[in-house]
Formats: sequence, structure tokens, C-alpha cells
Amino acid sequence: MTKIHIKNGHIIDPANNIDKMGAVYIADGKILSIFDRPANFTADVVIDAENNIVCPGFIDLSVRLRDPGKSYKGTMRSETAAAACSGVTSLCIPPDTSPVIDTQAVMELIYDKSEKANYTQVYPIGALTQQLAGRELSSMSALKQAGCIAVSNASAPMASLMVLRRAMEYASSHDLLVMYHPDEPSLSNHGCVHEGIFATRYGLPGIPEASESTAVAQCLELARLTGCRLHFSQISCKSSAIKIQQAKKYGLKVTTDVAIHQLHVTENDIEPFNSNYHVLPPFRTEKDKQRLREGLANGTIDAICSDHQPHDLDAKLGAFPETEAGISSLETLLPLTLRLVQDHAISLSQGIAALTQTPAKILGIQRGELTPGFSADVCIFNPTLSWTVNKENWKSAGRNTPFWGVTLQGRVTHTLQSGNIIFSLN
Amino acid sequence: MTNLQLNREGKLKHFLSIEGLDKELLTEILDTAESFAGMSAQKVKKVPLLRGKTIVNLFFENSTRTRTTFELAASRLSADVVSINIATSATSKGESLLDTIRNLEAMHADMFVVRHAISGAAHFIAQNTAAHISVINAGDGQHAHPTQAMLDMFTIRQHKQDFKQLTVAIIGDILHSRVARSQIQALNTLETKEIRVIAPKTLLPSHVESMGVTAFSDIEEGLIDSDVIIMLRLQKERMTSAFLPSEREYFKCFGLTEERLNMAKPDAIVMHPGPINRGVEIESSIADGAQSVILQQVSNGIAVRMAIMAMTMQSSGDNHD
Repeated sequence: MTKIHIKNGHIIDPANNIDKMGAVYIADGKILSIFDRPANFTADVVIDAENNIVCPGFIDLSVRLRDPGKSYKGTMRSETAAAACSGVTSLCIPPDTSPVIDTQAVMELIYDKSEKANYTQVYPIGALTQQLAGRELSSMSALKQAGCIAVSNASAPMASLMVLRRAMEYASSHDLLVMYHPDEPSLSNHGCVHEGIFATRYGLPGIPEASESTAVAQCLELARLTGCRLHFSQISCKSSAIKIQQAKKYGLKVTTDVAIHQLHVTENDIEPFNSNYHVLPPFRTEKDKQRLREGLANGTIDAICSDHQPHDLDAKLGAFPETEAGISSLETLLPLTLRLVQDHAISLSQGIAALTQTPAKILGIQRGELTPGFSADVCIFNPTLSWTVNKENWKSAGRNTPFWGVTLQGRVTHTLQSGNIIFSLN
Repeated sequence: MTNLQLNREGKLKHFLSIEGLDKELLTEILDTAESFAGMSAQKVKKVPLLRGKTIVNLFFENSTRTRTTFELAASRLSADVVSINIATSATSKGESLLDTIRNLEAMHADMFVVRHAISGAAHFIAQNTAAHISVINAGDGQHAHPTQAMLDMFTIRQHKQDFKQLTVAIIGDILHSRVARSQIQALNTLETKEIRVIAPKTLLPSHVESMGVTAFSDIEEGLIDSDVIIMLRLQKERMTSAFLPSEREYFKCFGLTEERLNMAKPDAIVMHPGPINRGVEIESSIADGAQSVILQQVSNGIAVRMAIMAMTMQSSGDNHD
């Protein structure tokens, strides 16, 4: 297999506390050495990473590929290509595909499709309940045998706390991580924006903070009761962050991630009735945004994900409440993370850790570090290169982003997955 | 964001919301309406301003009163009017809404008057329709009902001199009311001294004070020294979805009675966008009483809608040069 030498790069590998100039040597799809050239190493490919950062490939905890089931919104090929050009080398697919990921057969279908696309490593997340209906447990043992490492009910509600309790107990007896979208549906009540000033002014159905934080509180109690490994997916508000911080302090095994756009956009930024701002959980307030940023800095929030949800044009063409929620967000993941560094919210190393080392730890996978022997998943990016979000630069089939037309700073130049160059700029 | 409602010359192109329109423009609408108001008393009630224009009333939600006054307003301007009632179930997706619009464009419509159950529908149509077509919002979801707000401002102006001296109390289901949202914006734009909203917390939006009003949950306190009292209609479904226990209790706490009316200024006027629930939000004797201007609101609706139609079509013409 190809031997690759990445030279002149600024290596940042939070897992190994590395933050300096040096070289990376890759052979047989694995990291061979950092800094020191191995004896008799002759590179087949040399990548000059001058002025660039070299770090582990990103691990994204929530990416909707829309495939299988909704290939008119995105395909395995289009969306994993978007992931590759965004520096993402591994990604988790929530189980709300069609068919739902609740059998071995669907797991295998997804592996098969992803091998053909040949870009990123995919981790299908198994359904917590059959058909995500929230009533009966899925065959978690069978899913695990097929390679499933975590289970979730995606954004579908559970029928009762009793079912959630049993599902958490059953998952933990198979040592499966439970990923949970905190939302109390009777409180969010088909809302489409945060219940705040914007909802008040435009007469749009609002979603109160409490619809998320009460679900967080209930689920934390169940984690305490069941001993289940719990991960909260995409929290959006201050009160959730506070509850999770307290639970961590008391030693509960709980982690959480946040969608990158929640760290940048608030209800004040929403252009009236522009459906590209329709996202769930909704954009909250400036206070929530600041608290999420602090949470990321102090470790309350473990990981950043894209929460990528590409849509076709028709899905976003309508009166705001009737459009489908979600943002196509893989390709803005890195530049928006770098913006957090520019805003002095977190350090560059913290940002990279939240995209690499910590999601790997949450999932319990041997990735996300440049440790010799680990899979050679590498992202090389130019932190100052500007680019504009437009159709020339965009890979995802979904163009539903509030950042369309905006110029951002920071661009991936190379992405390596298991030692294969799956993306190079130009 | 550029203001969708104005053309390059700053003239009214669409009428979707009070937001983004300044005091001068609102005053121009009221002044224009005044010039049309006298017409109703004349033998010939028509002017040829919009002769040859086709106006389509697109009602995705039922409304007799609003639709009728729009029809009358259009015909008094000599326009051709078509009213289409479209059951909401048939077109619940934006895609088919757009198809409906495309079909009507193909029939060379010049203006759409739109009522829809979803907030933002009129904006969506204005953004996606052919450039020469004007869109008037006849009520979208819980967002806005700007022609109703303007006819209310017109009625207030008929009875009161200066908005800067007025205390206006709006009573009822503010949370679900597009009328209240537009009234509040219009009253604020016209520099009303004080705007009060009176309702139980279940019927107030979470951040209502951010709209520039003071909230009261005690009607008597809220009515003290009011010049204008605006009652809102209470929908029956508020009882079944746990906003309120019963009509009786609502009337007991928030119904406008003779006794409560005495808390307001002696010359206070009482308004209601209709249709009225007698004995639920208002006592019959007040609705039919000397201080009530409810029926004047209805007749003013025609003049105000004529003004808005004439002004938007006028600026559409400007765009052709």
C-alpha cells in the first residue's frame, strides 16, 4: 500500500498532547510514526503541508446521508464526498433512514453502499426501538453483532419513560451507548422556532427551553437508575448544559455534543421566514449560545458535530412552519469551529479535540488520534484560506444553509482515510 | 434584508405586515382611505382606478367578512375580482401552494389577496410570485393581519385626535392573534402613548413585552383611563387545549362588562375585529351600545382596503417603466 509522508505541517494531536511542527509517516493504512522518519521509509506520495495544520480526521457524531430512503435529498456518494472535503473521516448515521436501522440487514445495506462510495468510515447507529416507534425494543444484540456501537431513537419520541428505562437497561446489558435527543414532545408541541422574541413577533409556534431541559433531567435520572452509558445529542440551551454539568460532577457516565451552528446562530439572526433557519432544536438566545460555548471550553460539552441534514429544494420551499427542519452543515463544520477560536471561546487544540479525540472516546473506537498503529485518518487544513459558500465550492446535494453566499475562513486541503487520500483541494 | 414590501422608490409594492413600514406610509394609507370613505355615501360608488386589472382573492382559510370587504373594495376600484376558496387540506405543502400561484399567474392576475392558516404564507407567495404581481396579506396564521390593523387605526383616528395622547388596551387571546400583532406594530409606529395587553398568561406570547406593550392579568387595572378598548375573539378550541377552563370563567375574569367599562375614560371607544362572541368576551349591551364602533370598523374596512389596493397597484405600474 501507499506510503505517505506529510511534511512541514503544524501537527495538532490533542490525544497525544502534540502541538508543533513536524512530519507524519503513513504506511499500510496506519500511522507509522510522527516526527521521526522510520528506517528505510521511501514515500510514494509526499504532501507538503506548509502553512497548514495536520490533525486527526474528524469524527462526526450525527450525519444524515439520506441514503437509504431519501436519495433525492442526498446520496451515500454525494454526502460522504461532502464529508471527505470537510475533513470528516468517520461519521455516525442516525437510525431514521428508510428503512430504519433496526435490523442486521439494514446495517449491511449501509456498509455495502458506503464501501462502494469509498470515502468515509460510517457507523450506523442502531434504532433503540423497533421502527423508532418508541414502544418495543429493537434487537440490540443482533445489531451489535452487525457492528453497531450505539443505539438511539433519533428524534422520534419514546412512548413512555418506562420504555426508555427498559431500553436503557437493555442497551447497557449489551454495553451499547445510548444516544438520546432530549425533547419532551408535549412541550415542544410542533413548534418551529425558539419560544422567545422572534416567535412572539412573527406569530410562529415556539419551543420552550423546558421541552429540552425537562427531557435532559428525566433522562439523567434514568441513567442514574439504569447505569446506562448515556450521550445527549445536540443540546441547545443553557439549562441543559447546567444539568449535564452537575450530573458529571456527581460522577454520572454522561457525555454530550452540540451542533456547530448552535454555537454561532441565535434567534436574533433569523431572517424572517427564511426556511434555511428552520432547524431543530431551534436557534436559541445569545445567553444560550454563550453558555454552550463556555460548556465546550470547560468540558461540560464533549464534542462538536455537524448535525448534517441535507434537503432537496422543495423541502425548504414553503411557509416557514411547513418546511422541513435541518441544515446542510458538514462543509461549514471546520470554518465555524475555527471561528470559535478566533472569538477566543476555545483554543484551537480544544476545537480539534472536540472533533476528534472526544467523539472517538464517546463511541469507544480506536480513531481520532495520530498514534502509531492507529488508522491513518488525517485532516490537513489551511486555517486562513477564505472561501465562499457557493455552488462551485459545495459538494453536498443539500444547499440548505443559512451560510449560503457567506465567505468563511479555513479550508481542508487533504483528507486521508485509512491511508487513502479521499480528498485533496484542486 | 431589503424590505420585500417596498419597491425601489420606497413605494408600497406588497402589503404583508406593518413591520418595516414607517409612520409616513401608514399615514398615507389612512389619508388615502379617507378620500375613499366619502364615496360609499354617493350614488355611484365606483372609481375607475383599477379598470382592466384582475384581482384574485385566494382564501385558504374561510372568512366571510374579510373576503367580502376585499371584493367590494376591488369592485369599487373597477377591478375584475375572482374569489377562490381553497380547502387547506388540498394544499398543505408549499409545493402545491406554489403550483396554485403559477396557475393563477398564467391567467394574468395582477394582485393576490391571500389568507392562509400558516404564519409566513403571504411572504412566501410574495417572494415566489411574478415580479409584476402585488400581494396583500389578508391574514396569515398567527403572524399578521395588516389590513385589519389599518382599518382599526382608521377607526381610532376618526374618533380620537392624536395617537401620542392615547392609551389603548387590547384584551383577549393575544398569543394566537395575528390581529393583535399587527395592531401593536401599527400603534407603536403611530407613536401611541401606551399599549396594554390584558389576558391570562396562557394567552400571552412568552416575550410579549418585547413588542412594546405592558401586560396585565387584571382587567380592571388594565382598563383604568383607557381611551380605546380592543376586544379579541376567543376561539372555542382554547377550552379543549388547556388554555382556559371555561367560557364562563373567561367572561368572569376578562369579559367586558358595563361595570368594567366604567374604569376606562368616559369617552373610550370599544372595538372588536369580529365575529363577536356575545357573553364570552363582551356583554351584548356594550357591543350594541353608544361607545361601540364595531360596525364602523366593518364599513371602514372597505375604504382602507381600497386605499391599500390602489397604492400597491400604483407602485406596480411604476415598476413597468
